[in-house]
Amino acid sequence: MKLKLQINGITKTYEVAPHVTLLNFLRSQGYHGPKSGCGNGDCGACEILLNGKPVNSCLVLAAHCEGGSILTIEGLGNPDNLHPVQEAFLEVAAAQCGYCTPGLILSAYALLMENPEPEESEIREALAGNLCRCTGYVKPVEAVQKAAQMMKKKAVSRKETESIG
Amino acid sequence: MARDNNKTQVVGHSPRKVDGVGLVTGTAQYVDDIKIQGMLYAGILTSPHAHARIKEIDISAAEKLPGVMMILTYQNTPRVPHTTAGQGFPEPSPYDSYMFDSKVRYVGDRVACVAAESETACRHALKKIKVEYELLPAILDPRKSVEENAPVIHDEKDSSGIHDASRNIAAHYEAELGAVDKALSKSDIKVEGEFRVQYAQHCPIEPHVTISYLDDRNRIVIRTSTQVPFHCRRIVAQCLQIPEQKIRVIKPRIGGAFGAKQEILLEDLCAYITLKTRRPVRIKYSRKEEFISSRTRHPMIVKMKIGANKDGSLQAMDQDVLSNTGAYGSHSLTVLTNVGSKTLPLYWCDNIRFRGSAVYTNMPVAGAYRGYGGTQGSYALQVLMDELAEKLKIDVLDLQRKWHIRLGQTHPMSAALGEGKEGHENPIHSCGLDACMELGAEAIGWKEKRNQAKKGRFRRGVGMAALMQGSGIPNIDMGAARIKMNEDGSFHLFMGATDLGTGSDTILAQIAAETLGVPVEKILVYSSDTDMTPFDVGAYASSTTYISGGAVHKAALDCRTKILQVAGEILGGDPASLKVENGVVTAANGKKTSYDKICQRALYSRNQFQIEGIGSHTSPVSPPPFASHFAEVEVDMETGKLRVLDYVAACDCGVAIHPKMAEGQVEGSVANGIGYALSESLYFDEHGRCLNPSFFDYKILTSLETGCIRAILVPTYEPNGPYGAKSVAEININGPIPAIANAVYNACGIRLYQTPFTPESVWRSLKEAGKI
Repeated sequence: MKLKLQINGITKTYEVAPHVTLLNFLRSQGYHGPKSGCGNGDCGACEILLNGKPVNSCLVLAAHCEGGSILTIEGLGNPDNLHPVQEAFLEVAAAQCGYCTPGLILSAYALLMENPEPEESEIREALAGNLCRCTGYVKPVEAVQKAAQMMKKKAVSRKETESIG
Repeated sequence: MARDNNKTQVVGHSPRKVDGVGLVTGTAQYVDDIKIQGMLYAGILTSPHAHARIKEIDISAAEKLPGVMMILTYQNTPRVPHTTAGQGFPEPSPYDSYMFDSKVRYVGDRVACVAAESETACRHALKKIKVEYELLPAILDPRKSVEENAPVIHDEKDSSGIHDASRNIAAHYEAELGAVDKALSKSDIKVEGEFRVQYAQHCPIEPHVTISYLDDRNRIVIRTSTQVPFHCRRIVAQCLQIPEQKIRVIKPRIGGAFGAKQEILLEDLCAYITLKTRRPVRIKYSRKEEFISSRTRHPMIVKMKIGANKDGSLQAMDQDVLSNTGAYGSHSLTVLTNVGSKTLPLYWCDNIRFRGSAVYTNMPVAGAYRGYGGTQGSYALQVLMDELAEKLKIDVLDLQRKWHIRLGQTHPMSAALGEGKEGHENPIHSCGLDACMELGAEAIGWKEKRNQAKKGRFRRGVGMAALMQGSGIPNIDMGAARIKMNEDGSFHLFMGATDLGTGSDTILAQIAAETLGVPVEKILVYSSDTDMTPFDVGAYASSTTYISGGAVHKAALDCRTKILQVAGEILGGDPASLKVENGVVTAANGKKTSYDKICQRALYSRNQFQIEGIGSHTSPVSPPPFASHFAEVEVDMETGKLRVLDYVAACDCGVAIHPKMAEGQVEGSVANGIGYALSESLYFDEHGRCLNPSFFDYKILTSLETGCIRAILVPTYEPNGPYGAKSVAEININGPIPAIANAVYNACGIRLYQTPFTPESVWRSLKEAGKI
């Protein structure tokens, strides 16, 4: 069947079998950021944002997303142009094995879009769907706090530039 | 003892991980992130029975399905006794495993393997294989394994290295210093207990996965999620009965391991199918298979006694261990002996005994798991130390301080009991345990909280534990590295060391950068490829920073010597008088040259040669890291619900090469340890079938439950380690069980002898003790 999707800003029409999960579809298209950790929606390694909301892509059929907009970790920033959440994860050494990291970063990004100054408890709530076995979540939580500061600074400097302009 | 680390430019700082950008952008390549044209998808049919003989296996219907390329069973594969444990050779684990056997020994054991053109075709074919089993009586309780007339789990003739197959004893070990029974009978005070720990799984978020293919010279390339690429090559060669030179093992980025991937679980099947079909093959465990068919921690019953005199002096320590190795003896001997060897040398005592057996059951197979026996042994020892202090009416910290091993001392138990055999003299050259206890106690608020009144429904208490581990296996673990200089002044660092996500690629690059006098960005790391990198035993036994780091240090020194020779030719000075800073060499007369010019000269103009260095490293000692853990808990006296309110882990890992990542190791270990203490457990029915093989039913901690964890690094300088470093990866998983158990006792006066401390078990203990 035909499927029209926007993935990381690019809209295309794809040919897809009706039973394929969004995770397997994305990985077949070369988006390897979403990982398979359990296949049951328990671990969050396959998380992507569908229309701005965090979703476990192993639980959604690709066909279900017709007309939708998808953001994978690859679309958030790239090695030459990192998003502040990615910068912050690097800075505080919040990624150990990195397998859960794309999901954690996307959960953090979705949180900060809605709530730019979250409390620690709100960060922990937002990351609760992403299982991480390496870090104990201490550094990832710290990274989200740091990302919030970085994004705030950026917003302030952008505002200042605009007001000067 | 701490040296001034302000002098180091790279070591002791926390640069970005060398592989970090790939990890945060999703561009890092894990095993399953490649797809090779013509790839077959393989899957495994596992046993539904705990103990049975295969009477008949009919693959005819499955074979006929479209897309099915190959079906393996015991009837068409080589029968080579081996161990799946990736350990140094010859392995201390029994050769009791086969690619397939006509007998299955646990629910989840291999029966057949199907390779097909698609995952769907593979799944269909697995369902079409018909197996007729002759059921055998099964042993599900390790205490019944050695009973007379117990069924014999390994009755095959061709296994070897089993301690006593007829009694289901995979491994047995005893060691004694002094005369323990006599000393115990004379002791003023005795404390004792029987401590039990349960089945638990490592839960790397990336399950085991392997892809194999033939290269253009007809060699098998195995791309796999492993901790032990070189052992993997050796064991696959053994199983397939082909020379090692036919095999190349590559470990790309891997998604966590924790001991689970120190094991050859899929690689033999994958490579064999590639060899027979000449096709690329992929096998990946599902999460369910990861729980049931991979490896677990060894469940154990540890009986322990301590005798002491009224002055607090320890007179005798007696540890008696029954370890359940499950259906196969992977790591059975070495995890068993480490229960004692990683705990008993912590205290001064003339009479110490360790006795232990690892027995077979028809249950999932235990293997290496972070902590490696230290987790089980620390539970018994540290709870009894708490109880002893109570009987002596002194603060447990005072008891710990008085009797723990110190700088300059050599504990005789380290020589008597090693890893699977006698140990080695292990003089202590660095010990920050006192500082760990002091800083940890202060951080948790020990004095105020330990003695606060306990009443009402919610009762709070604090408890502690003291810990030691090791850094590599002395005189066994070996790492090697090679460094090649490039004409722009950068370096390639090739090493067998295996980064599981621990950050070792970065730490080892830091050691190279520090030694060569360049920023870490100048080091290009290539690791864990049996064709391209020198040998390394792999990532286990807390060895990488200490052993592989030692090899990198030597390789960098070798390379540096050659750089300075060339610099001496350019600058006209004695190489020994030259100074290096940030890739610039300065002579005594002030003349300078840079690394790029030095390498360009060596490659292109005068006395031409490739500037490179090589180093291999082993160690006669295994410097223990030390740690002191403190937990504050709250017990709900009505429901038994136990909450960890605060958890401080103070750890002496020598010099932390990368402090942020060292903290990360502490925090991650503690989180895993708290999970094991409170909720993680595999449950089984009366047929040995696992009841909860999913993340939904097997509870590991989420971000909501770890707000309590605080890591404190306590710097010392370990003279045997590279830049003063020793290990940090495992020790901190050993603290949560005893620290929490002791805190619960402080809160409400009950001793907990069995993990996990679920609300139900705490409530029962409260009830039995008459507290409610």
